Amino acid sequence: MTTTTDTHCPYCSLQCGMRLHGEGSAVEVVERPDFPVNLGALCGKGQSAAALLAPGARLTTPLLRERPAGPLRAAGWDEALGRVAEGLAATRRTHGADAVGVFGGGGLTNEKAYLLGKFARVALGTANIDYNGRFCMSSAAAAHRLAFGLDRGLPFPLADIPETDCLILVGANPAETMPPALRYFRELRERGGKLIVVDPRRTRTAEQADLHLQLRPGSDLALALGLLHLVIADGLLDQDFIDARTSGFEPARAAAMAHWPERVERLTGLPVARLREAATLFGRAATGMVLTARGPEQQSKGTDTVGAWINLCLATGKAGRPNSGYGCLTGQGNGQGGREHGQKADQLPGYRSIEDPAARAHVAGVWGVEPDSLPRSGRSAYELLDSLGQPDGVRALLLMGSNPVVSAPNATHVTERLRALDLLVVSDLVLSETAQLADVVLPAAQWAEETGTTTNLEGRVILRQQALTAPEGVRTDLRVLRELAERLGGKGEFSDDPEQVFEELRRASAGGQADYAGISYRRIRAEDGVFWPCPDEQHPGTPRLFLDRFATPDGRARFAAVTHRPAAEEPDADYPLYLTTGRVLAQYQSGAQTRRIQALNEAAPGPFVELHPQLARRLAVTEGELLAVTSRRGRAVAPARITGAIRPDTVFMPFHWSGAGRANSLTNPALDPTSKMPEFKLCAVRVERAQAAGQTQPAGQAQPARQTQPAGQAHAARPAHPKKVR
Amino acid sequence: MSSGERIAVVGGGMAGARFAERYAALGGTGSVTIYGAETRPPYNRVLLADVLTGRYDAEAVTLPVGGAQVRLGSEVVGLDLATRTLRLADGGAETWDELVLATGANPVLPPVRNRCQGDGTSLKDGVHLLRTLDDCARLATDAAKAGRAVVVGGGVLGVSVARALAALGLLVEIVHQGPYLIDRQLDPEAAAAVRGGLRGLGAEVYLGNRARAVRGSGRVEGVELANGYVLDCDLVVLACGVRPRTSLAHAAGLAVRTGVLVDDRLAASAPRTHAIGDCAEHRGTVHGLSAPAWDQADVLAARLSGADPDARYTGSRPLARLSAGGLEYAAFGEVDETAEPGLDVLRLTDATRGSYKKVVLRGDRLVGGILLGDLATVGALAGAFERDDPLTDHPLHLLTSTT
Repeated sequence: MTTTTDTHCPYCSLQCGMRLHGEGSAVEVVERPDFPVNLGALCGKGQSAAALLAPGARLTTPLLRERPAGPLRAAGWDEALGRVAEGLAATRRTHGADAVGVFGGGGLTNEKAYLLGKFARVALGTANIDYNGRFCMSSAAAAHRLAFGLDRGLPFPLADIPETDCLILVGANPAETMPPALRYFRELRERGGKLIVVDPRRTRTAEQADLHLQLRPGSDLALALGLLHLVIADGLLDQDFIDARTSGFEPARAAAMAHWPERVERLTGLPVARLREAATLFGRAATGMVLTARGPEQQSKGTDTVGAWINLCLATGKAGRPNSGYGCLTGQGNGQGGREHGQKADQLPGYRSIEDPAARAHVAGVWGVEPDSLPRSGRSAYELLDSLGQPDGVRALLLMGSNPVVSAPNATHVTERLRALDLLVVSDLVLSETAQLADVVLPAAQWAEETGTTTNLEGRVILRQQALTAPEGVRTDLRVLRELAERLGGKGEFSDDPEQVFEELRRASAGGQADYAGISYRRIRAEDGVFWPCPDEQHPGTPRLFLDRFATPDGRARFAAVTHRPAAEEPDADYPLYLTTGRVLAQYQSGAQTRRIQALNEAAPGPFVELHPQLARRLAVTEGELLAVTSRRGRAVAPARITGAIRPDTVFMPFHWSGAGRANSLTNPALDPTSKMPEFKLCAVRVERAQAAGQTQPAGQAQPARQTQPAGQAHAARPAHPKKVR
Repeated sequence: MSSGERIAVVGGGMAGARFAERYAALGGTGSVTIYGAETRPPYNRVLLADVLTGRYDAEAVTLPVGGAQVRLGSEVVGLDLATRTLRLADGGAETWDELVLATGANPVLPPVRNRCQGDGTSLKDGVHLLRTLDDCARLATDAAKAGRAVVVGGGVLGVSVARALAALGLLVEIVHQGPYLIDRQLDPEAAAAVRGGLRGLGAEVYLGNRARAVRGSGRVEGVELANGYVLDCDLVVLACGVRPRTSLAHAAGLAVRTGVLVDDRLAASAPRTHAIGDCAEHRGTVHGLSAPAWDQADVLAARLSGADPDARYTGSRPLARLSAGGLEYAAFGEVDETAEPGLDVLRLTDATRGSYKKVVLRGDRLVGGILLGDLATVGALAGAFERDDPLTDHPLHLLTSTT
């Protein structure tokens, strides 16, 4: 029987609408022209998403490692879950509940994120749960909450973007990361709006800008402060807005005074004339938006940096008004919802603080446990990974929907920590680099095989609907959590029916900031998604936030008094260049999914080092030659890609690959003090010809689907680690 | 550093404010008190010429000071390093655990006769300095009534003031002793271009001239030059540079040459005593510019806050910048290729666009440069100067923008 199911893409935060058309396991992606976000458009990743549903491409049986250095072998579910439950319980017994950790992901559905948080707090009783969204959204989230009292990526639908007069995109490259969104930026320019792009690289997005500010890596904060300074000097403040709708302007103004144009020129490398041009374009525009992405956020000063860009919006009256505002371009598919429902170390569902007594009481009530039984805040993502196998750290880890061996900063160290665990359990649909280290691998159902909601970058809660049955041997994450909770014999009810879990999530989130109480599967289907907050079923949802008041106690948005500071690691004589990392069009995040798809690998087969012709001449390097890039933390080898689109003092590497070309072997885990975001976006490196540096091995080979080892065979042996032998 | 430690910052200028702000931001737990002779909280002195033109309100240029207590109008008049006590002009005394001297610099008063009133100390009516916001307010009040101004001194400050006064509609004349304007930073060609720019704004420049006397009994009526000419005017601004304020340090027995001597830790010659900014002399250099002052403040804040007790200041490579209307230049390092043998120069002049650009090289090292009129490559040039790497490429790219 042929079926057609309306659903959404498994990849980025746009959550483009798509249809799956076909029979049984043979489905194809077809367009869904009526879904408002993308109107049928899909990028190459979305178009090829169904390739991973094929049996050869993914895991179909649990895998188990008998002894530390031994191979993974196929196992039954009963044996695998038994081993997991026993292992988790043993660690809890011997070392306490906080020695058991949970690591989630921003790709998990709301239902999974919610149930994972509940599982950690109720079934395991551990404080130590965090997720890879900490590496992604946390700086923007923290700045959002400080300024507006609420964190939702965009305070308006994407459809408002073309209506604004001036848009500043800071460290965002949607042309490669979310191509279907590009339409909105094109329409903006067609309507006469101005596009300013801030990026150390002349990306495909920057090429479309009216003004490209090619700043020095790590100077986004200085730039924002410098623009605020110029807005003040040039009389472009919206004093009425500042008086009526904000607080804290005076200290922010003083901070901007410490960033006068000539100083900011020195810090950013951008001529004063360029700064003036940008300040004038934005300051004189009647409406304006600033959108940030990982560029300014993934810094050890990410929260302050986003705060400074919000200041610019507030000072010019470009927030809380139609077609104006600050927003963050969320990264992962459920990067928004994933941060709202309790897989963050410091949060409970509904974006509640785990330290707030009222929040604890409410959520404990929904879960049927005593408020005092809920743990307090635990370690943030990098701190959690850094603690693995340490005396006071986490000794047994359940990891779901994440691949930190590739995606964590200082990945060589993180890999060592993962190896030092007493028990590593990975639930994933493929044998990712992290799963290869696991003691138990649980084959998970994937996007088209299960139903669940995600919340896209607009705050629109949407529904992915099951289109086909998962292969034999595969289970959903919800079922795994339910069965583990039962085996652990703890308190609390755990359902594995997505809609039932969502109904519980509605109750748990009710009255919280991310209030889903009025959202139901039925409404999502009928309304092309519902924007939170939506406190009851009669409520229409909230596409646009803050039009009347901000979500702070006094309703006023708060300026941030912030000062530029250097990165945790600036170039010096030994490591004279900046390394910045990012994405390419045809790959997604750690590549666990996209590197297994032939068409995407053909488009983007492996890592590379982008460098300027001047630097290439200095190093005597030719196109395609292998380069060794070294930082204080590690080394990576990849071919040179020479382009005038990058600054001569900076090299760029995409981070989608593992092995020799792994960019995150180099990156710096220096954390933002507020958000605990690591400084992925810049560190200091040395670059040499690999041959000169004694390296001739080619880097990070692509691994197309058909080459993946079939499940059931022996898999990569896990090297023994001294910590494992007791 | 232990909490509760008392840090006294003597001087409420840019260096002191920056130190206080960074100390708090870096997690310093001591209490910082800034003693300032002026009656305004610390402000950004770099912007004074634009306060004069009205681009900034006087209140709008206040700088952040972290959590520091600012004692306004509290001039420190004496230091006792043995008892760690400072004396205030009002007779009060305070003690400290760490002392930061950030006393800044005083304007140099040129030997011009009749510049003062009968009392011999305060300047004659219509004669001005521009170092403080109070100076600025007085000058602005006078400028509003004046028609012709003479600026004595054609350095950076003189040119900035002349530009600001011209923007206020005054006829301005600059008297400069040197052979060309801003002769400490520019070369003759660049200076000639600046002079041309000033002329376009209505400001005339007399080079190789010295002001000998101020004319007028009650109020200023003109300036008499050494060559006998008299420039009629109703306003005079003395802009002859600054000199470190070291008398307090000297009287306290600290080692002082041109400035208060400090080592790479910014420590002066007595324990728990430090100096930063325009008053400090480090490795024989007194910078007198904001960027090095802030570099020093950052290092000292890192040390005293405990964020980096081993931080060292090893010097700055400052860039001189003016960007005011049509007058815009960046200059750094040695810009005179004839200053020593073996220097090379690369020069680009574009008369149509009014730009003049040059770099001075020693072998493959960049030792100085000027960008005037077209600063598109200022980031690359400043970066190359700052890094001091050998240049492997032809340096033309440092002067011409590729985009």
